[in-house]
Amino acid sequence: MAYFLELLVNGALVGLMYSLAALGFVLIYKSSGVPNLAQGALVMMAAYAAWAMVDFGLPLWAAVIAAAALMFAFGLLVERVLLRPMVGQPVIMVVMLTLGLEILLRGLVPGLLGAAPKPLDIGIGLAPVIVGDVFMNRAYLVGGVVAVVLIGASMLFFRTRLGTKLRAVSDDHVASWAVGLSVERAIAISWGIAGIAAVGAGVLWGSVQGVDWTLSSLLFPAVAVVILGGIDSIKGVFVGGLAVGILGSVIPGYLDAYAGGSTRDVVTSLIILLTIMIRPYGIFGREDIERI
Amino acid sequence: MFYRLSGIHHTGYASAHRLWSVPADRWQVVAVLALALLAPLFVSDLYLGSYVLPWLVWSAAALSLSLLMGLAGQLHFGYAAVMAIGAYTSIHLAQAGVPFALAILGAGLTSAVIGTLFGAAALRVKGLYLVMATLAMQYLVDWVIVNVPAISGGAQATLRTPDVTFLGLPVETLSQRYYFALAWAVLLALFFMNVKRTSFGRALIAIRDKDFAAAVIGVDPFRFKLMAFLTSSFVGGVTGAVLAFCYYRAVTPEQFSFNVSIQLVAMVLVGGLGSVIGGFLGAGFVLLLPIILTNAIADLGASGWIDLSQNLMAHLPLIFYGAMIIGFLLFEPLGLAKIYDNVRKYFLVWPFRHSGS
Repeated sequence: MAYFLELLVNGALVGLMYSLAALGFVLIYKSSGVPNLAQGALVMMAAYAAWAMVDFGLPLWAAVIAAAALMFAFGLLVERVLLRPMVGQPVIMVVMLTLGLEILLRGLVPGLLGAAPKPLDIGIGLAPVIVGDVFMNRAYLVGGVVAVVLIGASMLFFRTRLGTKLRAVSDDHVASWAVGLSVERAIAISWGIAGIAAVGAGVLWGSVQGVDWTLSSLLFPAVAVVILGGIDSIKGVFVGGLAVGILGSVIPGYLDAYAGGSTRDVVTSLIILLTIMIRPYGIFGREDIERI
Repeated sequence: MFYRLSGIHHTGYASAHRLWSVPADRWQVVAVLALALLAPLFVSDLYLGSYVLPWLVWSAAALSLSLLMGLAGQLHFGYAAVMAIGAYTSIHLAQAGVPFALAILGAGLTSAVIGTLFGAAALRVKGLYLVMATLAMQYLVDWVIVNVPAISGGAQATLRTPDVTFLGLPVETLSQRYYFALAWAVLLALFFMNVKRTSFGRALIAIRDKDFAAAVIGVDPFRFKLMAFLTSSFVGGVTGAVLAFCYYRAVTPEQFSFNVSIQLVAMVLVGGLGSVIGGFLGAGFVLLLPIILTNAIADLGASGWIDLSQNLMAHLPLIFYGAMIIGFLLFEPLGLAKIYDNVRKYFLVWPFRHSGS
């Protein structure tokens, strides 16, 4: 029972950290309908940025803020230079463009800053937190809490003036234009915010597993989170993250011994496949009604 | 030489719709084919084995995927898995003593069945969701291959291909393997060009352009999407077998990973969706350009012009590869096929600006 609880709690915390990586994906999809498959690479880049700042001599809090500013600017740049010319192109082109960006970043960032894994110490001890007879990974605990705070903050953000504009734009581009909102600026800002969300995910995951290119493979669980939760729902990111994390921890916890390991990827794939077969728009997503 | 359209007047549909209706194109095809047939005579073994042969096989793979993505408009991000199924099936069949021709056929059929199963599961959805579903297929097939020792021969194992004969012709030496790959690539190219002219191909194109509209004029989208998955997975499986026997000769699961799927999609897009010449050009570009550019920069570095760290050099192919994908999508979304078409049209009527009709 304690084993089960341990898998459950740690899985939930990891899942919340997945949802942090998925948050940027949802923000961008919600505002512009662009599936950003480069989100994993953005997370990796943000982690590298934070590491470089710390390495440069900044204290951690300043490094995180500087990395957030950098990633916000990078998000704006990507939107302006790469995505805006693609408006109106079929989805395969946009998907492939973000994948191209992913490959480019995966080569460029480790190429310039070094490919060997780098430690990113954010001052969390290694000793587990023990509640009753359940051992919790301290880094996951901090990560889960930060993730909840950031997801909550982005929910609140959508109630501010700017957030309301973003929601209007995500609802209907033409109607937003008609009432004088700048659709381009809203989409650019959503890319910037996705960059900031990537900093959160990058710093937390970087502190857990070190900063190197493997951070970009967070894309796969993040995609599962997004598909399960609903591709345009922030609530969905939260619930989907919990579900993907728990299923991806409990099932391998019992099956890995029999199936020869790494069943986590199988669970993640099955979550994607089953969601798409049964309820393609996810738990909280809005069903697309195609008009002819 | 000049004005190669001169004197060409089609007086019936048969001549207007034949494969190469301009004689200059026909001669070009004959010339390229002759060069390809004579290649083992004047290309050194090193280049033949490590550049020309993989280029042919990957062109065949890009054509197989282009059948699905370019003609039917169905995205597939797990095509390497389809090829893996073909490769492993053919090797196991050949090791069990099945004649190579039948082993290849079995590889195609197995790929077709499994690929169509996943396709059928994913066919309720389109666009982005289809991408995700096929991506999940890639990971599932990868996992099964790695974790079932009966298929992969155990974790981290390589499976050597046995020496085989195809209908009495041995496929062992480099030039024999080259001719086998060439034959498959040419066959596939001919098949592709002819599919576009059949009612099946036109139905696929109708579905690609708008599946509701296709349904209205009596083309059942579900049935034809399934048939597209079936056909494409079949040739994909055979290509996987050709890849294993002609090029790799020792197969590991990593040779069919997710990155390979991305590479295949990149080949199709860089080449140009649904184009035969694009399949060949795209495969060549995606395979060779990063290598050539990296080598050029390494030469520059060696001669002291620029100074790059070892680490950056190691990442250069990835950088060029990503930049190439982005560049093509931004500046020439129709791919190399469109560039080729522009050049060809320019020279068809040169020295005039455009033809009269």
